[in-house]
Amino acid sequence: MSGNSNGLRGRVAIVGVGETTYYKHGKSPDPEFMLALKAILNACADAGIDPREIDGFCSFSDDRNDPSRLAAALGVHDLRLANMQWGGGGGGGAAATGNAAAAIAAGAANVVVVYRALAQGEFGRFGVGAGYGQAIGDKTVSGEAAFRLPYGLIAPVHRHVLKVRRFMHEHSVKQEALRAIALTSYRHAQSNPRAIMRGRPLDEKTYDESRWIVEPFHLYDCCQENDGAAALVLVSADRARHAAKKAAYILGVAQGSQYRCGSASFNTPDFGSANFKTVTPRLYEMARVGPADIGVVQAYEHFTGGVVMSLSEHGFFAPEEANDFLKVENLVAPSGRLPLNTSGGNLAECYMHGLGLQIEAVRQIRGESVNQVVKSDLGLVIAGPLVTPVSSLIVGSEATL
Amino acid sequence: VNEAPYFPEGLAIPVPEIDGLSAPFWNGLIREKLLLQRCKSCSEWQWGPEWICHHCHSFDIGWEECEPRGDIYTAARVWHPVNAILSKATPYWLVVVSLPSAGNVRLAGNLLGDPMQDAPIGAPVTGQFEHHPGSDPPFSLLQWRLAGGGTGRSS
Repeated sequence: MSGNSNGLRGRVAIVGVGETTYYKHGKSPDPEFMLALKAILNACADAGIDPREIDGFCSFSDDRNDPSRLAAALGVHDLRLANMQWGGGGGGGAAATGNAAAAIAAGAANVVVVYRALAQGEFGRFGVGAGYGQAIGDKTVSGEAAFRLPYGLIAPVHRHVLKVRRFMHEHSVKQEALRAIALTSYRHAQSNPRAIMRGRPLDEKTYDESRWIVEPFHLYDCCQENDGAAALVLVSADRARHAAKKAAYILGVAQGSQYRCGSASFNTPDFGSANFKTVTPRLYEMARVGPADIGVVQAYEHFTGGVVMSLSEHGFFAPEEANDFLKVENLVAPSGRLPLNTSGGNLAECYMHGLGLQIEAVRQIRGESVNQVVKSDLGLVIAGPLVTPVSSLIVGSEATL
Repeated sequence: VNEAPYFPEGLAIPVPEIDGLSAPFWNGLIREKLLLQRCKSCSEWQWGPEWICHHCHSFDIGWEECEPRGDIYTAARVWHPVNAILSKATPYWLVVVSLPSAGNVRLAGNLLGDPMQDAPIGAPVTGQFEHHPGSDPPFSLLQWRLAGGGTGRSS
């Protein structure tokens, strides 16, 4: 195929998905590496593929579970791809899947696993772990972090809220828009047996009265931190036609960020952005669809404000329309205007760094979601916003090819 | 004004990188000078610091003193402490200040004064140097105060 922007459309599919039991932060009885193995085995079983046939591993956010160790542990016959998406934390989730798809389309690998594992009791994160000025031997800080940490500007919530507040200021976005996103995730989680927050419904009053984390984020605007692992298995479209279950074809995938997004000390020129503005045109061009064609969206919510910005930058509404569009009735399965985070997402199912959102997109296409939507043949997954690089993915059923 | 630091001691101490890229900035703050990068070839301001001018690709980057005055570009009040030191210091304000006299480059800091005051986007602020001479190594920060006043941080 020529080097045009439709290069990956329909050439690769997700044929297996798997996760471990999801646990609260620090509560996994298993070490992180075992969690990774279990998720990969579950995804292979779902795909009907012998794990020894895996020949590629892709991950993101500096996952600690080394592909060579995974390959040795699983008895992989022929490791051909060990890929890590640089930077961006959860923003790299869809990019990792895109990297896997590109490798398969190029003939560099045949059966590629995309995975992410987190055991937070084993490894600290955010505020008290290594690199936050609080670990032993970590008394000083330099580089980009030196412009933040001495000011108590430490965790992702601190960095991201500054972008969200700028966006809300520029476009007069109200608290209620953020609240609708939180309520939607909690609503969907109530019917999901995998969801950590099942049995803990959220209403407007509880949201409004919950404590501030950082204004304008209440407690319920912020994702959980969890233990667990998730994995996807990708193969070529030719092989996917004989898959054990209905395949989810990759129609479009794109990563990146806008001009000088990586400037330190909050100097990104277009600061009040989720950083998708240059990514989504490429995404939709590859997929040959537009926002109006998308039936269901899984949008990474570490913080609700980022979802407002992500959805806007994916063309579902102008920023000034956010207050009108973002109402619970528009966002819920089965037939809201744009069903959102139908598993409960990072807020209420599990924070598996957004990889659970990709699994949910596959389940929607298969008709296996616990909150199945009516228009389920074309799904969008938006990986972590507000970072660089970000990434997004559009998957579709065979009928959409 | 000689007042206590905004936070209790114990947060990470800023130091220049091994390669010294940001050393003029941190050394300048100790001398109560705000030094930021400006390209000697094309006069473009640049922050954070880098070895090359993003505008003209010259490696001949200078450091120029700027007036520590600006406008609040964005801000947020923090209530949840992410570590034990901050648990003694909430709520507190994070601000990002743009500097019109330096090409509107931005610096992060805290807004001094009562944390229950508002920090309106667009409000003019003036810089205040906050010294930590007893720290090992010693360092200084640049903090911000609403222009024309603001009361001391209530403890």
